[in-house]
Amino acid sequence: MKHAVSASIPSPARQALSLEEAAPGGLVLRLLGDLNAATVAGIWAPAMAAARRPGLSSLAVEIADAAYIDGSGLALLVSMQSEARRQGAQVSLTGLPERYAPLLALAEKSVSDAAPQEADGPRHAAFGERELRQLFAETRLLVSFIGECSLVVYTSLRHPKTVRWADVLRSALAVGVESLPILLLIGFLMGLIMSFQSVITLERFGGEIYVPNMLGLVMFREMGPLVTAILLAARSGSAFAAEIGTMRVNEELDALTTMGISPVRFLVGPRILSSLAVVPLMTLFFNFASLIGGALVMVSIGFPLVTFTSRVFANVHHAELFGSFFKIMIFSLLVAGVSCLRGLRTGGGASAVGRSTTAAVVSGLILITVADGLFAVLFYYFKI
Amino acid sequence: MQTSNEPIITVRGLACAYGETPVLTGVSFDVAHGEVFVVIGRSGCGKSTLLKHMIGLIKPVDGSITLAGRDIVLAEGEERLEILKGIGVMYQGGALFGSMTVAQNVGLPLEEYTSLPEEAIEAVSRVKLAFVGLERFGDVMPSELSGGMVKRAAIARAMALDPAILFLDEPSAGLDPVTSAELDRVIRSLAETLGITFVIVSHELPSILSIADRVILLDDKARGIVAEGDPRDMHANSTDPRVRRFFDREARVPSAPMPTEAAPNTQEARP
Repeated sequence: MKHAVSASIPSPARQALSLEEAAPGGLVLRLLGDLNAATVAGIWAPAMAAARRPGLSSLAVEIADAAYIDGSGLALLVSMQSEARRQGAQVSLTGLPERYAPLLALAEKSVSDAAPQEADGPRHAAFGERELRQLFAETRLLVSFIGECSLVVYTSLRHPKTVRWADVLRSALAVGVESLPILLLIGFLMGLIMSFQSVITLERFGGEIYVPNMLGLVMFREMGPLVTAILLAARSGSAFAAEIGTMRVNEELDALTTMGISPVRFLVGPRILSSLAVVPLMTLFFNFASLIGGALVMVSIGFPLVTFTSRVFANVHHAELFGSFFKIMIFSLLVAGVSCLRGLRTGGGASAVGRSTTAAVVSGLILITVADGLFAVLFYYFKI
Repeated sequence: MQTSNEPIITVRGLACAYGETPVLTGVSFDVAHGEVFVVIGRSGCGKSTLLKHMIGLIKPVDGSITLAGRDIVLAEGEERLEILKGIGVMYQGGALFGSMTVAQNVGLPLEEYTSLPEEAIEAVSRVKLAFVGLERFGDVMPSELSGGMVKRAAIARAMALDPAILFLDEPSAGLDPVTSAELDRVIRSLAETLGITFVIVSHELPSILSIADRVILLDDKARGIVAEGDPRDMHANSTDPRVRRFFDREARVPSAPMPTEAAPNTQEARP
């Protein structure tokens, strides 16, 4: 067989592909041997370059000695033909074993009707307009969700029989009881670290005696509710979003809706009620564990335990206790609410559940921090 | 199409179990090169379990499974990887990766196991999608596809590396009759032109009768194969009550009377 080899084709490809100049502007491209993923990988670039040659008037593709042509080979043939036709060149193909003709016909559809599907709705809205519309829609949804949740909580209090108490108890077990070990551990370590760091600083001024006072005030007023809420967001908020998100993906939420059961009442209500029920106790356990950590530090530097216990509550009054109780209730409402909302808003597929879970935790943390800031200002003005 | 005389799949003495509960025992069969081989049976008889053992997802209690001359039960490491590259699997629900477009799903095996350039991978993906009639849906996310389209995209992905053997778990389930018939034509065309061997789990009788070269009928009570052969011949001529129960149930039309539970050779109530 005569080969007219183009000098631009690298050596390994020369064995599988040869090019010959034909009529002015025309090319004869010969493909020798089987066309599979391994051989096509080596000749794809020069073959496509030939098909894209500017001014190409005709491309004659000749196949020889091809006992086997797989999907890669078919893709090469249709891609070359498509590129050549795009330039207005005449295209011909010879030597294709007859049994591959139906598959080639199918493969040709991949280039002739390859326009991507348009999504519903216009795509050419201005950048800011799209974001504003999205923000407005999200705000509307959030307001509607808050309203629906408030109604569920109110209805639960007025008509306790409508509440699925088994679900509330199950959720309370998961949110509260199962989080105790991590809560106690983190509480203990926080109390220990805070006391230790404070002792190191204050003993320069002989003020380490005030560490128990500081620990009690800081934990009960601020750190207890805040860290408990953060743990709630990380542990339970993510679980709420993942559970409800998976139900969304599996069409279980659609099934509830078509049964006439509100997903908010059925799923969100028990989770919010259980969170509200257990977080005050969780906060107390956290605070208690932190006091043990602090006591350990004080005892280790020589103070008797009775000194610690007599001083730790010296600055903790009813205002601090009820203030922290009120804060943690609001935090838990925000965390449980936004987590469930993210779950209900999950899109399609497994990756959407991951995104919802992440969004639930992040949103929960942001809301806790903003609310905590507002409480700080509020308590200052009301002298709590 | 010329095929080798040796079977491409050999199963000998296969025993499968869920925990302590045996599902299949002593299952043995061969699949020839280029054959469209269909595993049929009622729900719970172990069809999908058998398939999962054949593709190496579950280790059997006993027995051997050889794919293209290599034992998938014993193979490990590189050898196992080579076997897996030579097969393609379409799962019952599609199992497309939700974070990738349809074309990216199909191109993933090519990215992992070939040195084709990116443009070539995209072109090959579109060709595979064209084989299943999804050439216009390459840039769409799997969550935007209908159930039937998901299955077709999954078949395209299973074919990405042009495997010698394709395993399909209930490919026609959820498809409309027109699409199901188109898919049957694709399967036959691939079997005839590329010589791909198909192992299909199915209970769709029209598909089975249309495309299967040979079937095995599994029975949960027997925990094994109760019939083997040409499905058209079985459908027309078999008198085995277990075979009749399967084929007659699948072929029942709304106006036809319900078949009785009695075996064909028992008599009606005597006067």
